Amino acid sequence: MKYEILPWLILLLPLVAAGCITLFTLRYRTVSALLSIGAVVTGFILSIIFISANGWHPAVGELFTNWLSVGALHIDFGLKLDALSMMMLLVVTGVGGAIHIYSVGYMREDSGFSRFFAELSLFTFSMLGIVLAGNFIEMFIFWELVGVSSYLLIGFWFEKASAGDAAKKAFITNRLGDFGFLLGILMVWGILGSLNFSALHGQLAQNPAALGTMATIAGLLVFCGAVGKSAQFPLHVWLPDAMEGPTPVSALIHAATMVAAGVYMLCRVFFILNADALHVIAYIGGFTSLLAALIAIQQDDIKRIIAYSTLSQLGYMVMAVGLSGPTAAMFHLTTHAFFKALLFLAAGSVILGMHHEQDIWQMGNLRKKMPTTFWTFLVGALALSGIPPFSGFYSKDSIFAQALEQKSHLLLAVGILVAGLTAFYTFRLFFVVFSGKEKSEDASHAHESPPVMTLPLVVLAIFAAIGGFIGITNHYGSQFIAGHETLSVVQQALEPLHSPVPMLIGIAVALTGIFLAFSLYKNATSDPLPAKLGALATWMKNKFYFDELYEATVIRLHDFIAAVMDWIDRWIVDGLCIGLVRGGTDLTGRALRLVQTGNLQTYAFLFVLGVAVVMYFVLVK
Amino acid sequence: MHAGLEQYLIVSFLLFALGLLGVIMRRNLLVIYMSLELMLNAANLALVSFSRFNNNLNGQILVFFIITVAAAEVAVGLALIVALYRKRQSAHVEDLTTMKL
Repeated sequence: MKYEILPWLILLLPLVAAGCITLFTLRYRTVSALLSIGAVVTGFILSIIFISANGWHPAVGELFTNWLSVGALHIDFGLKLDALSMMMLLVVTGVGGAIHIYSVGYMREDSGFSRFFAELSLFTFSMLGIVLAGNFIEMFIFWELVGVSSYLLIGFWFEKASAGDAAKKAFITNRLGDFGFLLGILMVWGILGSLNFSALHGQLAQNPAALGTMATIAGLLVFCGAVGKSAQFPLHVWLPDAMEGPTPVSALIHAATMVAAGVYMLCRVFFILNADALHVIAYIGGFTSLLAALIAIQQDDIKRIIAYSTLSQLGYMVMAVGLSGPTAAMFHLTTHAFFKALLFLAAGSVILGMHHEQDIWQMGNLRKKMPTTFWTFLVGALALSGIPPFSGFYSKDSIFAQALEQKSHLLLAVGILVAGLTAFYTFRLFFVVFSGKEKSEDASHAHESPPVMTLPLVVLAIFAAIGGFIGITNHYGSQFIAGHETLSVVQQALEPLHSPVPMLIGIAVALTGIFLAFSLYKNATSDPLPAKLGALATWMKNKFYFDELYEATVIRLHDFIAAVMDWIDRWIVDGLCIGLVRGGTDLTGRALRLVQTGNLQTYAFLFVLGVAVVMYFVLVK
Repeated sequence: MHAGLEQYLIVSFLLFALGLLGVIMRRNLLVIYMSLELMLNAANLALVSFSRFNNNLNGQILVFFIITVAAAEVAVGLALIVALYRKRQSAHVEDLTTMKL
């Protein structure tokens, strides 16, 4: 195999950049930005060189060095090299690179410019670590690192209380899922005695029942990790709040890469999941996608709408995994990375043009003022809605085809319904923001963003448009399906015709959604929906009261336990145990202090008295 | 009456006791200091008498040493007392105690 050093370089360059920026160049904004962008763009180029030299399935599937050996436990630090990981390498470094460049424009005014790029690089390193991880422990380490960098970036504007709270919420909610993930890892290790993905795959291929009765539980515990990271119901509450971070962060972490890590992990360990576990996964994914799509309809914050849309699309991917379609899931993950990063960046451009106004009802008629943003956003919106020939259409259709193949009609119906809702809320956002009248003073003074921001938009828009037939499915297919045949561009473009019914219904509901949005919101100055939907709209607007529900149950219970522990700490530990010792020492000290008068002659007298006593014993006794 | 060793030692003991009493009872630093010297000289007297009655010169040599060291000590001690007096305008031990109960 040629260029074995390259995967290591790709992984470590962002870490080096993050270290250099933090240690040396915090004061030099340009140098910091160049280091960070250089690391990720070099990673992208090196990935292309490596893939063109070794193909999508290199001769050596894993590079590793021994990292830890304790008794029977051997953990390697390995880099897994196959179509799945290399495709993700391209996505993370490619989309990540575009977002890095965009950040130069978006964060230009910020005093934490260099810190932002250091944290961005740290995140890129962690994400590449997840992608390349060759075993469970390594993946878990990078999994947590991603959590940390996400925490740092959500709380980037930590002087705002809401940003700090959102960062904590994201981290703690993720920890809940990670707890299950770790249990799952331990269970797999306990039963199969190995943590390496290739070894586990081999073991399970030889003996599918190797996990025995624990197979379902182990699978679901591992899935817990994905529930946290990919924000599936019931741990979905952190993702919308994470929008407190800067918009490039939302695009990179909370749309394109980190939240996709859960789906990626499921595909990576797909061989562990048995039929029962997959069933649960599929329904949780389907439910999440429906729930999030409903909530998205009644949100007013431009970033929150896209965030709920991300939740919904992640639900799609998880559902696709559950329907035994990792190819479809990864396909949608990749196209979603393109068009969702695009939508977020375009939204960021709008927010910047509007002087940090995020309420869509303050915008309007931005089509003329921000033409590039308008056109690229339109491409992203069409891709998200699943309109052919944009990329989202193909990936969504492959999920529908998968559902049909698995004869899971309920999930197919949910998927199609969500497709309609998606088109509706996307174009609700689109029409309110870009057409109609200016709804505020700021909207009339909006201006287009600088080229450093619009260029990444254009690049991402191109991929969002053509991503459906540039061979993405071929590479994922070669990973998951034995004897997968490579399709030409035309064949890929015509692939949805193999299952025309869901395709046609999908297009029809998407168009209906767009038409409804058009008729309702073309010239609307306030939302007409609440009047029509009544109580349902209120529920949607308030996110079906999940935050309040958790507040009343989980957090209340937690507070109660904390109060009990506080009482024990205060009165039993501090009061009884520590208090007694402290009080005793204090009293003894006070008594002994009386002896020390500080008077020279008292000391002299006591000294003589002492000598007299000694002499009495020596001479008289 | 011919004075024997016993008489010398009694005088030495009385001197020592007087000195000790002075050190313990008196309040003026200078007087305490003189009492200390008295105690040293009581020891010197005892040493010299032992030396005389035992026909051994070691004791007298020791006395010379004590006188020398005492002289040096007086120089240092008096300097300290003078410095203290300048700082506090007092040479009474009660005034010099700064520890609090």
